[in-house]
Amino acid sequence: MGELIAKERTIVVPGQVIAKGMDFLPSNGTYRKGEDVIANRLGMLNVEGKVLKTTQISGRYIPQQGDTIIGKVEDILMSGWRLDINSPYSAVLPLKDASFDYIAKGADLTKYFRLEDFAVAKITNVTSQNLVDITVKGPGLKRLRGGRIIKVSPHKVPRIIGKKGSMVSMMKKATDCKIIVGQNGLVWLEGEPGMEAITVQAIKKIEREAHISGLTDRVKKFLEEKTGKTINLEELQNTNNNHNTEEGETQ
Amino acid sequence: MNQEMKEHVKQALKQGKRLDGRALDEIRPIKIQTGIISTAEGSAKVKFGDAEVLAGVKMALEKPYPDTPEDGVLMVNAELLPLSSPEFEAGPPSIESIETARVIDRGIRESKTIDTKGLCLEKGEKVWSVAVDIVPLNFDGNLIDMGGLAAIAAIKTARYPTLNEDGSVDYHKRSENKLELANVPIPITVCKLGDLFIVDPTEQEEKAVDTRLTITTLDENTICALQKGGDVPLKVEDVQKMVELAFKSAGEIRKILAEVN
Repeated sequence: MGELIAKERTIVVPGQVIAKGMDFLPSNGTYRKGEDVIANRLGMLNVEGKVLKTTQISGRYIPQQGDTIIGKVEDILMSGWRLDINSPYSAVLPLKDASFDYIAKGADLTKYFRLEDFAVAKITNVTSQNLVDITVKGPGLKRLRGGRIIKVSPHKVPRIIGKKGSMVSMMKKATDCKIIVGQNGLVWLEGEPGMEAITVQAIKKIEREAHISGLTDRVKKFLEEKTGKTINLEELQNTNNNHNTEEGETQ
Repeated sequence: MNQEMKEHVKQALKQGKRLDGRALDEIRPIKIQTGIISTAEGSAKVKFGDAEVLAGVKMALEKPYPDTPEDGVLMVNAELLPLSSPEFEAGPPSIESIETARVIDRGIRESKTIDTKGLCLEKGEKVWSVAVDIVPLNFDGNLIDMGGLAAIAAIKTARYPTLNEDGSVDYHKRSENKLELANVPIPITVCKLGDLFIVDPTEQEEKAVDTRLTITTLDENTICALQKGGDVPLKVEDVQKMVELAFKSAGEIRKILAEVN
């Protein structure tokens, strides 16, 4: 008979025995050693039936196929660009995924992306060796012009986006800023300077208080206080469905 | 820096706003904590918002320089630690670190804040040397102002090590004697962008502005040191405005420093 040793929704540390026995199965962030299931990351334990998972609460962003991220061009290669994606691994943007134009051999690649440019990109492939390929061809993917970039913890990104993008929509509505949240923890925003500063404060507040319940209401109150507008949450939810969420996956 | 980010900073400034929501002449919230390094005779950590700078004062008994046998030694050094910013690298001192140290040194030295004659114990043989080391812990621009404030707070709280009767020094025991300060030099860096003047620039702002002028003041109407940076020239009227701003900001900082003991 298996036995769950660590409690559900508690913090587990690498090497900690979570469960004994073959009744439990290891998944993300856990592994089996002998008959034990052991954590290999710092995180919060999730028990889904027999499956044991940990949700990461700290650390860098680990690239995953299909994620929409924001990257910074750090090198121009022979046939593409290398982007820093706020991760231990850098991503390569190959020529064919950079533009719809035909790019002749030996063309000046700085016409498309220069050093230090930011781009919203989607991860097309991550190899077993953690080589990351990305594309900027697709809806919502582009080179970013103007605006500013701020960094947040990639593990707080789902809270910044909110359920079905509700949190981001609320901030967009309240401040009239354009916001793009990358799964890798980089956030791009642009708007009227005063409003931009309020948005940054709101995002920092979400990041700080992500684990405390009633977050949406507190952020709503904060935004209403700062902007002097009233926000109607229900109205937002209705518009959400036909809203272009460039933010990728939500939780 | 990203050209577009620079443009973004400029656009916001032209509308009278800064990226962090401050007014143009507003300094980030200041915190000063003293006596945090137990092995130094004096120390201070200064926070401007999230930016942090640490200063330490080390006092030692030394032989004076041959050309100034009656003067104690004052040294100010700054080191830009790689841990404080991704842009700083280990290795020989950078131009920025040399400039930071020299400008802060100039403020303290030229204002005669420390009476170097008073540091002399025995002419040509024994004088106190006062070494001030400044390191950023979390860099976000405005290093000269923060370092200058940290240095003066550290010097203000520094106490001499105990001098034994046989002339040796016990660095583990501190005496009650404090360094005497004749003045309180406060450096303020005023940056100019177009027709706008800002104080306490962040790292991003520092890269976006045209030019800067560091003005070290002693009180409401005395300037003791200047340093101009950037490649855009300044008009006389510009300098006047910058000096006014520096006096105003230095006044605010002086009030906070007055509470430090």
